[in-house]
Amino acid sequence: MSADIRLAGAAEAALLAEAEDAYEGVHDAAGTVTLGFWIYLMSDCVLFAALFASFAVLRDQSAGGPDAREIFRLPYVLVETACLLVSSFTYGMAMIAMDRNRGREMLGWIGLTLLLGAGFLSMEVHEFASLIREGAGPDRSGFLTAFFTLVGTHGLHVLSGMVWMAVLIAHVLRRGLTEANRTRLSCLSLFWHFLDIVWIGVFTVVYLIGVA
Amino acid sequence: MEGPGSFAAAAPGGAASGGAASHASVRTYVTGFVLSIILTGVPFGLVMSGALAAAIAIPVAIGLGIAQMIVHLVYFLHMNRESSRTWNMAALVFAVIIVSILVVGSLWIMAHMDANMMPGMMPAE
Repeated sequence: MSADIRLAGAAEAALLAEAEDAYEGVHDAAGTVTLGFWIYLMSDCVLFAALFASFAVLRDQSAGGPDAREIFRLPYVLVETACLLVSSFTYGMAMIAMDRNRGREMLGWIGLTLLLGAGFLSMEVHEFASLIREGAGPDRSGFLTAFFTLVGTHGLHVLSGMVWMAVLIAHVLRRGLTEANRTRLSCLSLFWHFLDIVWIGVFTVVYLIGVA
Repeated sequence: MEGPGSFAAAAPGGAASGGAASHASVRTYVTGFVLSIILTGVPFGLVMSGALAAAIAIPVAIGLGIAQMIVHLVYFLHMNRESSRTWNMAALVFAVIIVSILVVGSLWIMAHMDANMMPGMMPAE
C-alpha cells in the first residue's frame, strides 16, 4: 500500500520533471519567451497611449468641478513615485542575485520589491478613496473620468505584477532557480520596469503638468 | 556563471539564461537609479517651488520625463545595439511610432475641433 503511494508520488514527480524539461526543451526557449513577452508589453504601451491621449484631450473638461490644481498634492505623489522607483531598483538587484545563483538573496530582494509595490498601491487606493469621499469621483467630470481610468489601469497592472511576484516566490521556494523559473522572473522583470516607465508618463503628464 | 567575487564586472555571456536581464551589473543599476532620482527630483522641484512659469515648466517636465524613460530603457531594461536584441528594438521603435501617432494625432485633431466648434461660433438658430 505504502509502496503504491510512493510509486504514485514518484510518477507524479517524474511527470512534473518531464513538463519542466519540455518547457526548457527548445534551446532558445528563454529568449523567445522574453521576446514574446516584450511584444505583449509594446501592445500594452499602445493601450496606455490611448488612455494618455484621452486624458490629454479631457484634462480641462472639469465641468465646473475641481481641476487638477485643486485635487493633486505633489509631495504625496513624490512619495508614491519614490516607492515605485526604488522597487524597480530592488527588482534589478533580484535579477543580479539570480544571475549569481543566490536564491535566498534573490527572494529577499523580490520580497522587498513586493512590499514597495504594496506601499505604492495602498497610497494610490487611499488617494482614490479620499477623492471619491470629497465628491471628486470618476463620475464628476470628463477630466476625473480620464484621470481615474488612466491611473487606475496603471494601478491594476501594479496589482497583477504583485500577484505574479507572490506566485513566483512560491515557485522558487518549491523548485528553486530552475530554467523555467528564471525565464518567468525575467518576464516579470520586464513587466515591472515597464510599469515604472509608464508611471514616469503619469506623474509628468497628469500630476506635474496638471499643477504647473 | 560568475563567481561570487565579481562585483561590478558582469561578464557578457556570463549569464546565458535570464534573457533580458543578463548583461546587467550592480553598477548599471546604480547609475540608472541615481540618474532617475535626479530626473525625478528636478521636475518635481521646479513645479513645487513654482520657480518657472508654466509655459516653461511644462516643456522642461516633458523633456526630463522623456529623458528618464530613456534612462530606464537603457539602464534597467538594457536596450542597446547588441545584435541579439534587434527584434526587441524593432518592436520598441514600432511601438514608439504608434504611440506618437496616437497621442500627437489625438491632441492635434481635438484641438482643431475645440477651436472650430466653440459654442460662441455656432450659428445662433
